[in-house]
Amino acid sequence: MSDPVPFRPFAAGTQPPLDASGYGSTRIRHPGRAPHRLPHTVTETTGPAFSPAHFPEMADLTRLGRGAPLGERIIVAGQVLDEDGRPVPHTMIEIWQANAAGRYDHPADTHDAPADPNFHGEGRVFTDAEGRYRFLTIKPGAYPWRNHTNAWRPVHIHLSLFGTGFAQRLVTQMYFPGDPLLELDPIYHAIEDAGARERLVSRFDLGITQPEFALGYRFDITLRGRGATPFEADAEEEAH
Amino acid sequence: MPAATASQTIGPYWHLVEHPEWADLTRFGAEGERITVTGRIIDGVGAPVTDACVEIWQASPPADARFPGFGRAGTDAEGRFRFTTLKPGPVPGRGNAQQAPHLAVTILARGLMTGLRTRIYFADDPLNEMDPLLSSLADPAERATLIARAEGPGSWRLDMVLQGEGETVFLEV
Repeated sequence: MSDPVPFRPFAAGTQPPLDASGYGSTRIRHPGRAPHRLPHTVTETTGPAFSPAHFPEMADLTRLGRGAPLGERIIVAGQVLDEDGRPVPHTMIEIWQANAAGRYDHPADTHDAPADPNFHGEGRVFTDAEGRYRFLTIKPGAYPWRNHTNAWRPVHIHLSLFGTGFAQRLVTQMYFPGDPLLELDPIYHAIEDAGARERLVSRFDLGITQPEFALGYRFDITLRGRGATPFEADAEEEAH
Repeated sequence: MPAATASQTIGPYWHLVEHPEWADLTRFGAEGERITVTGRIIDGVGAPVTDACVEIWQASPPADARFPGFGRAGTDAEGRFRFTTLKPGPVPGRGNAQQAPHLAVTILARGLMTGLRTRIYFADDPLNEMDPLLSSLADPAERATLIARAEGPGSWRLDMVLQGEGETVFLEV
């Protein structure tokens, strides 16, 4: 049997380090040793196949309470592609976020901002055959955290993706254009590469915007591509 | 095409997408040798990590409509996670190698900018000796950080240390 095709290593600087000095919680949680490199096997190249039958869609986060949540309705849409531009179809995206006042419906959130009984903040969608997804929600609020004096998280929505293999798993945060808190945020700035940072900022999109109803934001997501980079292929050739 | 989207921490509020039943991979009626796998996640000062999201994936037995192969468990006030699943069998490695039965693990938490990857093997499995990953670790103490011990019939335990003494071997996948 031939070896499964591995996922490519991440491009330098495009992923944040575990030891991100500006983000205090990393201090006693980041491993001290460099990770042990593991060539991909079937364990890493395969992954769970979630189906809406077992994991129902929740594409309208504004309809999961008894009434309409407070806040500005928004539509978030985009496409999930791999690094070779191939759509990632029928993949599950999990979504969670704070309410419009910047408070999570979570017991650990003690921020003194109003709870909203009509907004839980959980969503789940699947991409279509072209890798496209769309959900309706309210724009979350910024909120303070205790990382440093007068620290505030920029407005963000959490997204979790599984892709087609265990090594493709991605948990990230989508930000909003023009947010002045982005420049001050150590979690965003833990990513060294400016282009990689900026790709976490959604774009206002008039095409997604629904007249008389909700503004639209576009957020495209790229998952790791498969196959060795040319450099890696050369190295493997030499090793044989 | 741009490089892969950057990871950001799962943060302290990920429980909004937690469904405790996901920790039981047999809940859709899977048949086979049922096991429990538990452990504690410990930080660099020896304190329990009480807000971690622990995920497992296993290529064996193969996932199907009754066995998702994937589970997720949140850690409790003692930093403990607990899964119910089917005992994995051996799976092919690269080339002609065989891999000993194992679970692939991702740990996500506040303070982790990316998920930490590791594996859980099972003590006393004769295939462990020949497993490519285990045998690539020269130090038996490092190898031991990947091997769960039996606590009773069908009950396995492996604690994981994020940093410092006894630090778990984490993997670059």
